[in-house]
Amino acid sequence: MAAPQPLLQVDNLRIEFPTRRGTLLAVDDISFHIDPGEVLGVVGESGAGKSLTGAAIIGLLDPPGRIAGGQIRLDGRRIDNLPYEQMRRIRGKEIGAIFQDPLTSLNPLYKISRQLVETIRTHAEMSPSQARARALELLDAVGIPAASDRLDAYPHEFSGGMRQRVVIALALAANPRLIIADEPTTALDVSIQAQIIALLKQLCRDHGTAVMLVTHDMGVIAETADRVAVMYAGRIAEIGPVAAVIKQARHPYTHGLMGSIPAIGHPVEQLTQIDGAMPRLTEIPKGCAFNPRCPEVFDKCLSHRPDLRPAGGSDVSCWLF
Amino acid sequence: MAAMAAFILRRVFQAIIVMLVVSALAFVMFKFVGDPIAQMVGQDTSLQDRAALRERLGLNDPIIFQYLRYLGDVIQGDFGISFRTARRVDVLLVERLPATLELALVAAVFALAAGVPMGVYTGLYPDRWLSRVFQAVSLAGISLPTFFIGILLILFFGVVLGWLPTFGRGETVRIGWWSTGLLTLSGLKSVIMPAFTLGMFQLTLIMRLVRSEMLEVLRTDYIKFARARGLSNFAVHFGHALKNTLVPVITITGLQLGSLIAFAIITETVFQWPGMGLLFLQAIQFADIPVMSTYLILVAAFFVVINLVVDLLYYVVDPRLRLDRSLAT
Ligand SMILES: Nc1ncnc2c1ncn2[C@@H]1O[C@H](COP(=O)(O)OP(=O)(O)OP(=O)(O)O)[C@@H](O)[C@H]1O
Ligand SMILES: [Mg+2]
Repeated sequence: MAAPQPLLQVDNLRIEFPTRRGTLLAVDDISFHIDPGEVLGVVGESGAGKSLTGAAIIGLLDPPGRIAGGQIRLDGRRIDNLPYEQMRRIRGKEIGAIFQDPLTSLNPLYKISRQLVETIRTHAEMSPSQARARALELLDAVGIPAASDRLDAYPHEFSGGMRQRVVIALALAANPRLIIADEPTTALDVSIQAQIIALLKQLCRDHGTAVMLVTHDMGVIAETADRVAVMYAGRIAEIGPVAAVIKQARHPYTHGLMGSIPAIGHPVEQLTQIDGAMPRLTEIPKGCAFNPRCPEVFDKCLSHRPDLRPAGGSDVSCWLF
Repeated sequence: MAAMAAFILRRVFQAIIVMLVVSALAFVMFKFVGDPIAQMVGQDTSLQDRAALRERLGLNDPIIFQYLRYLGDVIQGDFGISFRTARRVDVLLVERLPATLELALVAAVFALAAGVPMGVYTGLYPDRWLSRVFQAVSLAGISLPTFFIGILLILFFGVVLGWLPTFGRGETVRIGWWSTGLLTLSGLKSVIMPAFTLGMFQLTLIMRLVRSEMLEVLRTDYIKFARARGLSNFAVHFGHALKNTLVPVITITGLQLGSLIAFAIITETVFQWPGMGLLFLQAIQFADIPVMSTYLILVAAFFVVINLVVDLLYYVVDPRLRLDRSLAT
């Protein structure tokens, strides 16, 4: 193959939850890749399966959720079926994560110096004092003012925005090549969100770190992402370069989402111009999952499920293309 | 540090109030249960003599003066004379104190040493068969009455197998005024069954508490984030999760130490353990009010001191309580 190998390759990933009333398929056969240093935005309504996909990549699906099929590869090496201990060595070092509510991501009982030092020393042979020096560098890098005075503070002594910077420092501590950032600014003040996104973007560009950025904020996607994946009911509706998806959305669902190009700070839900709601996992219709809400629905949509196929600059799963 | 000092002062103040209330209760018991004169004099003492004695002992003074005098005596360490043995109450209790404290301590150490690991294990691996065994054992520990466990133990290890002594403290060694059974073989053998009996309830309580706290904490974001940082299971489970379960565990264990001392009465009776609880029970049989009220004060004092220490430990464990450091940035 001529194309360079992607950093992350997800093929036909399925995530299911066994429940008393049968198995729920929360992520249904999705495939995508992320290139080195690339920012992939992931959007979609609440419950679309964005967080589950991120958790599966880093190997931290909460039981009883489990990967029911497909493959996840990092540099061509399968990582979805690794023993716990081997996957642990990849976490933090190869793939970092920032979760949905960063404000509670820090252990309240430990100084941030301790949390940084333990992370650094988990992945690199360093003396405690070397690790401490590195921790200080990291705090400086994420823009904590007077970092040397703040190193031995406890999480509750930081404001939300500052705590978020500490979380980013922790996620970047071992220079991972991919960061899964799951709504990293949702819990923050609107005035701070843009700063944090800018910081994340700049740090990742400086280190060549790729990012899977899950967000509801189309403005952030437009400014930050190289490509964007639109998820709906556990499937990918459309994926492609950010300009193509935003300006020439193909999938009727993407159209609805992009009804207008919003300014930064406007969550997707407020813009949604599509009637109805995403179906529950137990009630996903036959054929295209979007068919009950689709303005352009026709026969085939009700019976056959569309796969992702190239259309224009992007890949779309819709029988219109 | 100012906040810390204020915190301690406030707690000490509260402790003093509690002790005043308890001493008032003890005094009321002293005052209204039984007639001390009748206990002190013979059948043939005349009414005049009784009245004179009453006057001399200050029993006709206003009640508040009598209480203050009682309080003064107590503060000076004068708890009166036992009706039953005619010996000083404080001497009696101090003789019995080591036996009870050693029993409670061994029981608490046993409950912690077994209960915390069992709780951690069942919290980490709720579905393994050993966890189910622990759960079943804990159900038994919570539902079986203390004396029943004690009697079963005596029957099995004492009578049938003959491995362990069924009553008493065994040989003791004196270290100053303290008499310890923990330094002799027979003393150690003697403490096993009573401590197990006394600690069993605490053990199950601690195990269940640690288990539910672990399950709770393991679901938190910071545990997920700790895993996402690649920390080892050991660091996640014991460095991050267990420490976050400690605040409630310390509270319960601390408070339970107080009830260990108080509930030692039953265990001491079953095993004829020569502690304060046994003394108290004998005192009840003889309406030996000075011993009873002093025991009350002493047990209350233990509770109060333990509470105070528990509060201070919170302070050490949880930095969020040290609010004097400013919320910067
Ligand atoms: N433990 C579970 N048991 C059953 N279903 C679950 C469980 N956890 C998640 N799900 C389901 O999986 C689906 C996808 O959840 P996920 O958290 O990935 O959504 P999301 O796209 O991240 O949404 P949000 O924008 O709200 O974060 C949801 O429908 C949710 O109900
Ligand atoms: Mg989510």
